[in-house]
Amino acid sequence: MDFGVMLEYLPLYTQAMVLTLRIGWLGIIGSIVIGLIVACIVHFRIPVLRQLSSVYVEFFRNTPLLIQLFFIYFALPRFGLSISAEMCGIVGLALHGGAYMAESFRSGLESVEKIQTESAMSLGMTNMQLMRHIVLPQAVALAMPSFVANIIFLLKETSVFSAISLLDLMFVAKDLIGLYYNTTECLVMLVIFYLIILLPVSILGTVLERRLRYGTFGA
Amino acid sequence: MELLGLDVLFMGSNAMRLLGGLWVAARISLLSILISIPLGLLFGVLMTSKNVIVRALCRFYLEVVRIMPQLVLLFIVFFGATRALGVNISAELSSIIVFVFWGTGELGDLVRGALTSIPKHQYESAEALGMSKKQVYLRIIIPQAIRRLIPNSISLATRMVKTTSLVLMIGVVEMMKVGQQIIEATRMTSPNAVFGVYGTILLLYFIICWPISMLAGRLEKKWGTN
Repeated sequence: MDFGVMLEYLPLYTQAMVLTLRIGWLGIIGSIVIGLIVACIVHFRIPVLRQLSSVYVEFFRNTPLLIQLFFIYFALPRFGLSISAEMCGIVGLALHGGAYMAESFRSGLESVEKIQTESAMSLGMTNMQLMRHIVLPQAVALAMPSFVANIIFLLKETSVFSAISLLDLMFVAKDLIGLYYNTTECLVMLVIFYLIILLPVSILGTVLERRLRYGTFGA
Repeated sequence: MELLGLDVLFMGSNAMRLLGGLWVAARISLLSILISIPLGLLFGVLMTSKNVIVRALCRFYLEVVRIMPQLVLLFIVFFGATRALGVNISAELSSIIVFVFWGTGELGDLVRGALTSIPKHQYESAEALGMSKKQVYLRIIIPQAIRRLIPNSISLATRMVKTTSLVLMIGVVEMMKVGQQIIEATRMTSPNAVFGVYGTILLLYFIICWPISMLAGRLEKKWGTN
């Protein structure tokens, strides 16, 4: 291994990581927003919108992100919907992740036991109070494991962005391998940079899960 | 048809070529799933081992699988192994290696979860009824563990099928690559092909993954978690 070469590549990788993080986090925030909206629609059984959102969730959960990105980036411009690669990455990740987040939020809301709602109502709580004090705290705790898993999953999925010519970590690594054949160094740096991105999230997730477990009933 | 670019699918043998690409993706995922099942079961049992070192090693392996994007693993095996070990692994073989590596880890964790989620009183009650060790496992523990295991394993299988789309990036000629070739070839004559071809590929993935996901969801509802 040649550490001089690795030092030389450092700025390139750092730049790429910043891009991955920017797109990743914007996409994830978008997916949380979409997920919340869809989960509310499904939970409160709003007609028509409910059917539409289940079509959305099923479709985006059962197709690969890579092909969704290709479709958004290359196919939609034929019909006048042209967006930049970066925007496409954010939109694609938000739509893909939104379907996963919706599932996780919905199952969190659903797994709050019925007896909880009934008891709260019999205590004379209003709907708002019921949501705020009883359902949401438990639903958040119940949804947390899959929520954290989804965030890690989405950050991992950002690795396909290089396919739509975004200069992310994968792109830089592949480019440098192709240019200088320093395969080992490039791959080691790739692994290190993904660790820098994902390890803190993974650790934070474990800690958060442990803390929130107290929120669930009977735990 | 022409507006949506679907006409190119019926030109020459394009539809057959696309399906051929699908078969390549299906072959990779089927082989990897089939190899991952026994290895995953073994790994899951290893993870419940009482030996601290074995458990730590398993934990490390699982974290690697969890944290590294599959594409990075594909790059490491496809580009790295050639360089570091001097062996030339074909793109298809390296994708199978990566998917088995990934599938074994994830399935192992599911197996561990299923095994440890059986409450202790199940073992104790069975023993109190005078069952032998073999009977306890065969009649009480394994049937319950399998019910907890199967729905999640099926969703893991759909994830593996979806992830086969990544092998495009290390140069396996699967459905996406064939699609790109078709689009390139007809760029002048039918510029909307890009819509039709990518749309078709999206639909094909959906047609494969959706029924499997539905089955997993149905089984999960039927068997419940308690």
